[in-house]
Amino acid sequence: MFRTIIVGSFLGALGFTSLAIAQAPAGKVTVVTSFSKDVTDPFRNAFQKANPSLTLDVQNRNTNSAVKFIEETRSNNQIDLMWASAPDAFEVLKGKQLLMKYTPKAKGIAEKVGSYPVNDKDGFYFGFAASGYGIMWNERYARANKLPDPKEWQDLAKPVFYDHVSISAPSRSGTTHLTIEAILQGEGWDKGWRTVKEMAGNFRNVTDRSFGVPEAVNSGQVGVGIVIDFFAFSAQAAGFPVKFVYPSVTTVVPANIGIVANAPNAAGAQAFVEFILSPAGQEVLLEPGIRRLPVNTDIYAKAPAGYPNPFKDPQFQKMIMFDVDKSEARTAPVDTLFDQLITFQLEPLKGATKAIHEAEAAIARKPNAKAAALITEARDLIAAMPVSETQAASAEIRGAFTGSKEKGARQSELEQQWAAFARERYTQAKAKADEALKIAR
Amino acid sequence: MRAVLSLRTWRASATPGQIVLALSILAFLMLFLVIPVATVIYVAFTERGTGSFTLINFYDFFASELFVRSLWNSIWVSLMTVVVASVIALPLAYLTTRFEFRGALLVQTLGFLPLVMPPFVGAVAMQLLFGRNGTFNLLLDEHFGFKIPFMEGLWGVIFVQALHYFPFILVNLSVALRAIDRSMEESAQNLGASGFRLFRRIVLPLAMPGYVAGSTLVFVKVFDDLATPLLLNVKDMLAPQAYLRVSSIGIADPMGYVISVMLIICSVLAVWLSTLSLRNKDYATTQRGGGGLAQRKLGSGEAVVAYGVVIFLLLLVLAPHFGLLILSFATVWSFSPLPDGFTLVHYTRVFGDSWVYIKNTLIYASLAAGIDVVLGVAIAYLVLRTKLIGRHWLDWLATASLAVPGVVLGIGYLRTFYNVTLPDGSPLASFWIIIVLALAIRRVPYALRACFSALQQISISLEEAAENLGATKTRTMRRVVLPLMMGGVLAGFVTSFATAAVELSATLMLVQSNDDAPLAYGIYVYMQSAAGRGAGAALGVVAVVFVGLCAFISHLVVERSQRSKGLDS
Repeated sequence: MFRTIIVGSFLGALGFTSLAIAQAPAGKVTVVTSFSKDVTDPFRNAFQKANPSLTLDVQNRNTNSAVKFIEETRSNNQIDLMWASAPDAFEVLKGKQLLMKYTPKAKGIAEKVGSYPVNDKDGFYFGFAASGYGIMWNERYARANKLPDPKEWQDLAKPVFYDHVSISAPSRSGTTHLTIEAILQGEGWDKGWRTVKEMAGNFRNVTDRSFGVPEAVNSGQVGVGIVIDFFAFSAQAAGFPVKFVYPSVTTVVPANIGIVANAPNAAGAQAFVEFILSPAGQEVLLEPGIRRLPVNTDIYAKAPAGYPNPFKDPQFQKMIMFDVDKSEARTAPVDTLFDQLITFQLEPLKGATKAIHEAEAAIARKPNAKAAALITEARDLIAAMPVSETQAASAEIRGAFTGSKEKGARQSELEQQWAAFARERYTQAKAKADEALKIAR
Repeated sequence: MRAVLSLRTWRASATPGQIVLALSILAFLMLFLVIPVATVIYVAFTERGTGSFTLINFYDFFASELFVRSLWNSIWVSLMTVVVASVIALPLAYLTTRFEFRGALLVQTLGFLPLVMPPFVGAVAMQLLFGRNGTFNLLLDEHFGFKIPFMEGLWGVIFVQALHYFPFILVNLSVALRAIDRSMEESAQNLGASGFRLFRRIVLPLAMPGYVAGSTLVFVKVFDDLATPLLLNVKDMLAPQAYLRVSSIGIADPMGYVISVMLIICSVLAVWLSTLSLRNKDYATTQRGGGGLAQRKLGSGEAVVAYGVVIFLLLLVLAPHFGLLILSFATVWSFSPLPDGFTLVHYTRVFGDSWVYIKNTLIYASLAAGIDVVLGVAIAYLVLRTKLIGRHWLDWLATASLAVPGVVLGIGYLRTFYNVTLPDGSPLASFWIIIVLALAIRRVPYALRACFSALQQISISLEEAAENLGATKTRTMRRVVLPLMMGGVLAGFVTSFATAAVELSATLMLVQSNDDAPLAYGIYVYMQSAAGRGAGAALGVVAVVFVGLCAFISHLVVERSQRSKGLDS
């Protein structure tokens, strides 16, 4: 019904405007997106109102399928725009020459958000909203399990959070990948991985979809989730008893839109890009179901009280410099390390972590230097990494993941080595912690 | 010379009509299954960088602790699911088909509903009931101070899978039980058998083809299912490993495809073993079970037990649907046994959208199921009733489709059909009929197993009699075999239809416009946001009611046709 009205008014409007302005873009603009209906519907309605000669056809796919789809159909492309969060998905498309260059005309868009450039430096994709990463928790769950309010990543490594934390795998979610990368860049390779693994010892699970985490926190199946901010804000808007905090080591990055190469309706695609970067489009971001941070700094004047402003609020000014090139150079190794050391070894890792927590509690009651030394050893065993920062970004390891022509290790060989490395050390760590507990008792 | 000879023996082994039939089925399977899948999984056999043929990737598979662990976990979970599913399905099937059981039709329909669990939202509903902080565990914890890990680890997967897939056994076993003539039981009773012994020695063995068909499907389906383990966060099983590998961006890694090949091999092996188990035994009876005489009466004590068992099982297997229903009316449901409040707003939100989804689902699922039964009847006939050389390959080929991950098939279809343009210039792959074919090809095994077991129970002497009376093969097929197989054919149709109605993985790759989208896609789109959870659940309820109605109507038809046959005889 609603659709027919739109199509009807579009046809009516077309009759007039095609005579008046021959240049105006018209027809169907096809966008493939990972955003939910809550995000796309308000944008579609506002866009079609502002451009009556255009209709927006939204195809929902998760980011991975969207990228694969555009890649597989390049010979006969029917898609005008790609619209999603993760900048790395756009990097993949750009690398395969699947995006079209464009310079948006919209005014008032910030150059940088936090320390991350809003637009692609080569002009292939454009940030339209910012998002920061942080910690979300369910208040009812926290009350029932007597959990304190977390503030920093390290808080999640505390014994009280054991088995209460959830995250999505960085190999599956571009947003988590950036969170892990932000920790690694903020704290350094070794210290960063130590923090990540100490948190991971408390993980309830590692999900394969980014939305799986907020879903579990919303329904109270898991207490605490590591998520992108708008998941928490939109859950709050929907009435769920959840809270959110930005830790001091994190980063804000833009969610993006890009025009697909050989877009069937390039003029229409440009019109949509201009629209979401215009003040009217940026204002849509403030809607309760969307709740993302506009990149036009003037829009914040219209935001409700308490709305985070990454361009003003002091917490965002502390956020670390995020080196995009460094992140890109080691994306696959970092994701695979996470999967092999954490995701697929979660049981041994949790076992060792629990043993350490118990021993530490015993030592706290009855100090014992020898037991404390054993615990330090156990913690070092867990933190140990099979590869150094330089190795991770080396040509050989990267070659294994990109299927390059040179001879060298295969991806699955590396994976098996890394997994064995971790499993062995987690077992040793558990033995040491058990021993420490015996001594300290 | 030898080739000519073998060609001649091949020709001699069947009539020209059968050969044409076999070849056209083969062509169909090649075009819509083998070629698209091959365009994707050939990577499994190539060397990194050079692209030359190698088996090193399979060596890597067995060298990896994770993959070997996943393989064993998958086998174990699938076997145990068959066991648990049998425990649920056997009483439901036996009680409702062989006894005078009031509401048997309703039980058959309701017992079938678990197969229709909409993606994502079904899992959320189950978590809210059985999860660590679901209704049951919150109440248990509050009153008794302990929790039961229904949905943790491999046992959690087995629990959820058994609740989800037992209808495969229920449907196929019920059809087989209905086909057993009362005279068999009567003879046994006259000879002094009764109760459990009667069931174990006479009824169950005669219904074996149906049971084996159902449990084979359960085994293969669980072996190849990735959604349930992933939603329970169990990743060390084969299907999830394949999916995680194949669908990650930017990794040019052959292992995902290697695992897919392993999945296909294991599934085909399972089907091969199941046909072996039935070989050299005769399940056919010339008498066909009619309606009127076939059912025994329950004693009053027995009746209490029987109704108790059926009601308990129904409550258990339908719990997720109750959860779904509550979720669709809930305002906020978070860490509490029941939602904070109730509302109709989700239904008003999906009301406008759902018509186009329902219409598309009806078209896609019924066309797909139609294709499946045609293929199922044809392949079952060729395998069981002809001597055509290589006929078993059709069966195995069709069965392999169950093991192809949806995303692999989706990408394969895009690769194969995107460059084929329709007369109006748009790619063939964007035409909705491609979605129908993708849905159909992955469900051929459902219809095939159902038809297979139906045909196994029909004595060949009936056909011989018809042919002796002068009927042609085609006429015999049409007038004798097909009517007798009708129960199995409809079971296959309903199973294919219902699962096609909620399929997502291949659909997600192939849907090109909201106007062409089926229900599952609509649910997916809603379920990506916090505010969409209730709306997704409402659409899920619409899907379940809609498929349930379709199933009920088909059961009604089966019942009617059985009854009319019973009266005729």
